Amino acid sequence: MAMEHENISEEAVIELDGVTKSFGTQKVLDGVNLHVKRGEIMVVMGGSGCGKSTLLNHMIGALTPDSGSVKLFGRDYATMTDEELAETRMRFGILFQSGALISSLTIGENVALPLREHKSLDDNIIDIMVKIKLELVGLREHADKMPAQLSGGMKKRAGLARAVALDPQILFYDEPSAGLDPVTSAQIDQLIIALTRKLHVTSVVVTHEMDSAFTIADRMCMLDLGKVMRIGSRKEFEDLRDAADGELKSEQDLLIRQFLRGGAEGPITDRQQSSGYADDLSLVATRTQ
Amino acid sequence: MSEADKTGVVKNIRNEQNAVVLELRGDIDMSRSSELREQILDVLQQKPAALVINMTDVAFMDSSGLATLVEAMQLSQRHGSSLRLTGLATRVRSVFEISRLDTIFEIYESESEALS
Repeated sequence: MAMEHENISEEAVIELDGVTKSFGTQKVLDGVNLHVKRGEIMVVMGGSGCGKSTLLNHMIGALTPDSGSVKLFGRDYATMTDEELAETRMRFGILFQSGALISSLTIGENVALPLREHKSLDDNIIDIMVKIKLELVGLREHADKMPAQLSGGMKKRAGLARAVALDPQILFYDEPSAGLDPVTSAQIDQLIIALTRKLHVTSVVVTHEMDSAFTIADRMCMLDLGKVMRIGSRKEFEDLRDAADGELKSEQDLLIRQFLRGGAEGPITDRQQSSGYADDLSLVATRTQ
Repeated sequence: MSEADKTGVVKNIRNEQNAVVLELRGDIDMSRSSELREQILDVLQQKPAALVINMTDVAFMDSSGLATLVEAMQLSQRHGSSLRLTGLATRVRSVFEISRLDTIFEIYESESEALS
């Protein structure tokens, strides 16, 4: 077992139980159960269309499940009053894939925005807080720049500074490494670890970047076709990734291993290849002699 | 609400030699940092040679608390006073460290060291 960090407690701060969600006839989440412990970095991974983003949107209360429940800090979104919902939302921050900065505001003003909107803090205190947040992500000297003047990695870090503006207890990251070069991506990984450990927050990271996942995760959750295939420690997933063919007991293990290794051949590929191509072409699925 | 939350953020104010010692208590977050700010501004108006902030009974401090202390340092420097911190719990110290404020503040292991 990987050694658990001392900040991690058994208390679940995010609880998804039996969460099912369909869009039209397509079931995107199918009975998902996932509990995230206080202080841990939980990496949610899976291929495109596996339901990762939909899952994240349920965790932040942006989507309502068709059935099942989603609780944050023990409160079910379904039964929260508007006031409770607003209070809950101030307890988490989100790093969006794009950084989601407001282009007409400087980086410093972007970070100050949640502080000005939600709190009656003195302007001098807000200015100092903005400098502290930007220092956290290494952007203090860029406070007066506009988002368009920043590189992709800097935008991501600025988005992170804004996400932590209100000292959230949970941080959600949506594909934090997407579109970044390997060095910048590694820097973001270290930032995620440092913020989680030093600020005692809980982090949920949605990604399909395996290098990043294996660097930052305390535990990992693998989604496939809207279902949780496996939840386990980073060590359990490392063992699965490194396992030889003879050591794997099930088709599911082979599928997870293919995903973790990023291999071109395996059950995921077989599934795509056998998905009714002949039917689509209105052919009888037998070989021509 | 915890017992500490029901009481003021300043537990005690003492005059020691040429310093004023401010003992804090409870979590210092956005709901309490403005109260801390008022108390610190009051003390700094007396222009003490040194202000020692003892945080032995503070388990948690957020960035609004940090910013309040940074402002206190700005003001104390303007008044020619010295601001010293002591009694930082591990969790509070880690917030200073990640913000790199541990390199900015004078931080002492004990109140007696801060006063000496």
